[in-house]
Formats: sequence, structure tokens, C-alpha cells
Amino acid sequence: MEGGTVNVSVFRGDAAGGEMVTYPVPLQEGMVVLDAVLWIQANLAPDLAVRWNCKAAKCGSCSAEINGFPRLMCKSPIEEYGEAVEVRPMQTFPVIRDLVTDVSWNYRVNEQIPPFTPSEQDLMDPEPWRMQQEDVDRIIEFRKCIECFLCQDVCHVLRNHGKFDSYVGPRFFIRMASLEMHPRDVADRRPLLKGRAGVGLCNITKCCTEVCPEHIHITDNAIIPLKERMDDLYFDPIRFLGRKLTGR
Amino acid sequence: MAEVAYETVDTEVLVIGAGGAGMRGAIAAADAGARVLVVCKSLLGKAHTVMAEGGMAAALANVAPLDSWEVHFADTMKGGKLINDWRMALIHAREAPERVLELERWGAIFDRTPSGHIHQRPFGAHTYPRLAHIGDRTGLELIRSLQDKMVHTPNVQVHMETTVVKILTRDGRVAGALAYRRTDGQLIVYRARAILLATGGGGRIYRVTSNSWECTGDGTALAYEAGAQLRDCEMVQFHPTGMVWPPGVRGILVTESVRGEGGILRNKDGERFMERYDPERMELSSRDVVARAINAEVLAGRGTPHGGAYLYINHKSPEYIKRKLPSMYEQFLHLAKVDITREPMEVAPTIHYFMGGVKVEAETGATTLPGLYAAGEVASGLHGANRLGGNSLTDLLVFGKRAGDAAGAYALDHQGPLQVEEAEVRRAIEDLLGPLSRSDGENPYQLQGALQDVCTQYAPIIRDEQGLRTGLDRVLELTERARRCGTGGSNGRSFNPGWHTAKDLQNMLVNAEALFRSALERRESRGAHARSDYPDLDPELEKVNMVVERKEDGMACFPVEHDPIPEEMMAIINKKHEKYIPEELR
Repeated sequence: MEGGTVNVSVFRGDAAGGEMVTYPVPLQEGMVVLDAVLWIQANLAPDLAVRWNCKAAKCGSCSAEINGFPRLMCKSPIEEYGEAVEVRPMQTFPVIRDLVTDVSWNYRVNEQIPPFTPSEQDLMDPEPWRMQQEDVDRIIEFRKCIECFLCQDVCHVLRNHGKFDSYVGPRFFIRMASLEMHPRDVADRRPLLKGRAGVGLCNITKCCTEVCPEHIHITDNAIIPLKERMDDLYFDPIRFLGRKLTGR
Repeated sequence: MAEVAYETVDTEVLVIGAGGAGMRGAIAAADAGARVLVVCKSLLGKAHTVMAEGGMAAALANVAPLDSWEVHFADTMKGGKLINDWRMALIHAREAPERVLELERWGAIFDRTPSGHIHQRPFGAHTYPRLAHIGDRTGLELIRSLQDKMVHTPNVQVHMETTVVKILTRDGRVAGALAYRRTDGQLIVYRARAILLATGGGGRIYRVTSNSWECTGDGTALAYEAGAQLRDCEMVQFHPTGMVWPPGVRGILVTESVRGEGGILRNKDGERFMERYDPERMELSSRDVVARAINAEVLAGRGTPHGGAYLYINHKSPEYIKRKLPSMYEQFLHLAKVDITREPMEVAPTIHYFMGGVKVEAETGATTLPGLYAAGEVASGLHGANRLGGNSLTDLLVFGKRAGDAAGAYALDHQGPLQVEEAEVRRAIEDLLGPLSRSDGENPYQLQGALQDVCTQYAPIIRDEQGLRTGLDRVLELTERARRCGTGGSNGRSFNPGWHTAKDLQNMLVNAEALFRSALERRESRGAHARSDYPDLDPELEKVNMVVERKEDGMACFPVEHDPIPEEMMAIINKKHEKYIPEELR
């Protein structure tokens, strides 16, 4: 592929609108989409706005929609796309400029989740905590999340229905699962799950799992157990009967 | 130029940078009772700290009961070839375990030993297995835990995607900083009583580096411009193992944990060449030694097809590799189409870490400018001439906390009205907006590329006088051109990377100049600084650090004698320790 050229179309514009602009990029072996975008920036369009940090799929900054599919640009070999590549910003979040979107909503949501809360007894314990590897293994998967927000981008509850006020999205179900399943955490996030977090709105289409660059089983391992946990409290038939009988 | 408007934001402690040191410092300063504002160039949680893979070094003695702060201290000093600030090495070794356990109580998780304690893995030049870790994603775990703690700490505010371009002073001490918001180009003057610099290193002055986009040496340059002293700028670490092929991934880090977990280096003839360079420690020798060994093999014609060495881990079971090195497995499979459970990795040295940086006081992180503090990679002293793997993450926690404590206390001690010099603000704004008004100015990306080539060519693993002189001349020439550069295109202020690059470039040039001047001054080979014209250690130069300072007529570099290491500390350093034998081999 050395010596060839690929046409890379990139969205150029801002909140008011924009257009796709096509740039011819000389190919290099092993090139990823981010390399092409940065080549355009250095050589043809110095003001092309793009977020990126590590270029090693560890920071989750360079999320975009490549030929319509949400991916990390640094992890997308250009050869997978043939001769033409289209790069657009994430569609679920408002565009700031070019490939940069306003993802600040996610940071506001995160602040609403009760943080890690150990018991008073554990906090006071002067000895280092002991935990078993199997307890760690249960949540290690969720801790892999690099906050690329591709799962948020693809989730139809946010993308198509815009439920930003009543649903927190897959990323924060992972976060809540990692806290809820932490062996030393004692906070109860079930009221939040039922209320503001809106875990009931997820109808398990598993799109989030499909786009996760860290291959986290978001739906199976985080969302479904959280739904069950919430149901235990609110939809337990015995408790339901108890509430009916006592009137509480 | 018409008066350009700016916002004014007041705080007590301004923290610049939101990696491990910045966030730990912010929490400490808020705990001390100060109002804290954190500004960072990227989104929160994206700092270069997330790239740290191997673990955090702390003598918890969970795996090797023989381990102690004394041994950790001795390893750090020996690794740094004795030009470290011994007080920093002492504080670090003593306080690291406490900081790691504290992080666990804030929600961080670690791999465990069978008895349920934090597991520790072996790493280069650490006498005993010492790195607390979670797979090969320890940096990410540290960042998430601190991020969660910090956003729930009262009195800490965060301004994301905001770049500080100038530290403002008044009556010889810190008064605030000028910054711009990347998204819309809005200018902001922060008025503050104290500033904590936690901006990381400047690896991007090289072409091949493991460093993030952000690592442009901003803090070092900001401190220098404000009048603070720098130290050990010649000490730049080449990590022995970066990816080599394909070209798009060149320089991306291959964690030392691969060798910590038993990885073996071989040249193209299949020879385990570390036997010739360090038969005692082999692959787990210090980074400077392993990087030079790979470099020497390549120069001798025994390199791999793309100019590196082979790193094997496939003698371990695929399950073990995927559990202990999950992100390495992914990285090679995706980016290089190499399955590391079956084939070797091709690796070569990559620029990784700046041991040098702002000169700080060991106990407090105070720089030579009153009110200015520094912690983490931007500071200097702990690592001396060479950093041991794993010491960086505990550096962030130990000295982030100490500098945050001190900055908070300083702010509370220096009450009174917050004031900046309007004339200084105006001059800084004019400088900052300059590139936007020079439509015919040079393209900053091209100048940045030229600088990367100069550093790569003239300050490589093995240096010499002639190369360093040429390098310095080229850097000075580029500095002149950078003063007149444009943005390369549009002159808008809303998320304009051309404009951002024009400013980052100036910081990179300060770092490069300090590197070349210091490297010329140190006429010996020590740790990461190796010279073909002075191949040996010079015992006289063990007593000094190279210090850089801004003078009327430009940058000056001169040797400064450091505190001699006390005899009782030398005794600890020179003590012989029993070798660690894993339980299964006992």
C-alpha cells in the first residue's frame, strides 16, 4: 500500500453547520485514521479541530464516527476502509468544531453518582485491607473503561430519544456497577438507578457492547445485574405483597 | 492592537495539570483549607498518567518480606547514579506505602496475593518485587480513583481544556496566570496566591516518543520564564521498549511489565544479548542500560529488520499473558497484527520521561520562586540521572500530596487582595495572540517537526560535543523563527490547533535549549546521559547538578553543588541485600 493515496473526508464546521471536505492523504504502512487526520492537520488544514492524546487506545480522546461506525481513530487501520474514508464527529453530542464535540454532560452526570463509600469500620481499620483476587476480578472489567463515550454516542436512548435528563447511559452504568460490586463499598445506589439513572430505559439492544473498544460486556455484566439489583428492591413480589398489606 | 477582553477568575491555589500529581495536590490543598482551581489542557481523566502501565513502586513487603524503605531508597539512589536529591528519595521510599494504601481506601483496586494483600511485581533495578498493580493498567486506575475523589472534594473546581500560557508575578512572587480556553479561545486571568505546577514532561520534543500530545514541557517553560530555576535537564529517559513497526505506531510504549513477567530480549541471531551487558540483572537491569544495549546491538548489525530487538513472552501460557498483560496483547494484535502469545514483539528505545525539570525543595515542592510549587514529572530531583520503573506513580502521590499541602498552607498564610500587574497581562496577551495576526508566518507544525528532528538527531542515546553544539545552534535558530510564526491557516480563536501549536512550540523550544545546554555542560557519562567523547563517570560531577536559569542575555546553565549524602545514608545505599527467590523456586 506504500505510495498510494487515500481520500479522507472530514466534517468541517461548527454548531451552525458545515460540510464534508475531502483531502488526499499519502498512505503509509500501518496507518490509522488518526494518523491521516493529523497528517491533514499538519499539511493541509492546520486549524482542523480534533481531540487526541495518547494514540495508543488508552485515553479515549479520539472518538469519532468512521464510515458511520463509532470508533477510536487511533485504533482504526485505514486499510480496513478501502479508498475512501469518511470521518464525522460523534452525533449524540453537540459539535463544537470539526471533530470536537461538547461532552461536558458526561462529567456533570458523573458528579451525581455517589462515590466509593467504605463502611465506617473499614475506614477506621488500621490494618491494610484484604481482598480476594476473585473479588477484584469481578470489577476489573469495568475499571478498564477509558471514557471514550462511544457507548453513550451509540445508545439510542440518548442518540435518538435525547433522554439526557432521565437516563445516564452505558458509561455510567459501568461506573455504578464497578462501585456496587466493589467488596468494600456500602453505599446504596438503587434509588438513583431507578430514578435519575433510568436503568429501566435500557432495552438491551447491546449496541454499547458492540462499540466498546475495551470489549467490556456492558450489557451482560453491568446493566443486567444492575436491573436485577434494582428489581430486588422495587419489584420483589414478596415485598410488593408486604407493601400492599401494610399500606406502606 | 485594540484591547482584548479577558475574564478574571479568583482562587487561592491554582493547580496546573490534572494528572496524578495535580489531582493529588488539589485534594491536599483543599484539605489544608484552601479554595482550589484545577486547569488542564485536555478533558479530565485523559492526562498522560493513564499511559502508565506497570505499577507503583512501594516497599509494602507483601511479596518479598525482606523489602523495606531502606532497600527502596538504595535502589532509587543507585538507579539515579547518586545525583538524586537524597532527601526526596528518602521521603519517597518512606511514604510511598502509605500513599498506595490511601489510594486503595479511595476506591482503587489492585491485583492480590493469595493471602489477600496487594500483589507486587518485579521490575527493572528494584531489588525485590515492589510494584503494586492492576494488570497493566495501573495508571488508569490511579487516575480514575483520584478523579472520583477530587470531584467529590469540596472547594475543588475544574476548568477543562484550558491552557496556561504565562505565570504572572508581583513583587517577586506568584500572582496568577494567563490562560485561554481551547474550545472558544476565551482569555482568562486567574488570580491566585499559590500555583502548583503538575504539567508532566516534554517528550514530544522528540520524533519517537511514548508521550501524549500534551507533553510539551509547558510547566518547565512557564517556571523558567517566570524566573524559577531548572535542574538536570540533560537527563532524558529512553524507555528500552517502544513499538517499532508499523511506522504509524513507532514509539508507543511496550510496558516493562513484559520483562517483569519474565520477558526475554534477543537479537536477530537469537542471542540473549543482555548476558553481555548486565549478566546479573539481565532484562531487569535499569532502563538506561537496557536502552543502550538494544541501541548497541542495532548499531552492530544485529538488530531486527526494522531496527530493534525481539522481546519474547510466548513461553508463558496465553491465559497468563492475557490476564497479566491484557492491554499489551490488545495493542499488538490490533496495531501491529502480532499475537504476542505466539510471536515475539519487535521493540526499540523510545523517549519516555524527563528526570530533569523545575528545581524543588524536597519536603514541600517549593520552587525558587515564592508561591510556585511543582510536583510529578515537571519537578526534578527524585530520579537523578535515571528513573526506575514504578517510581513515577508513587512520585505523583507522595510529592503531589506534599506540594499540595505546602501550596495550601502558603495560600492561607498570604491573605490580602489578589492583584496582577495589568501591564504584564497585556504583554502576555499580545504574545499569545501574535501568531493569529501573522497570516504570512511560518507553519508551526513544520517548525515543531523540525525541532523533533533536531532533538532526535543531536541528542540521541549516545551524545557528543559536536552534535550537541550543532543541536543547540539549530534550536536557537528555530526559536527565532518560532517568534515570527503564524498559525498555518485560519485566524479564528475557537478550537484552532494551529494557534495552540504555535504556543506549545515555544515551550518545547525552552525545554530543548535547556536539554542541549545542560548536556554540553555535563562532560561525562552518567545514567541516561551518555557521551562518546566522555564515556566514563567523573566522580567530581557526582557532586553537582546542572542548573538552568533565565538571565538578562538569555539562558544560562551552570553546575551547582548539591548537599552531600550523609554517611549513614551512604551506608544504607551500599548495603548488600539478600537476593529474592520466588516461593515456587525455594
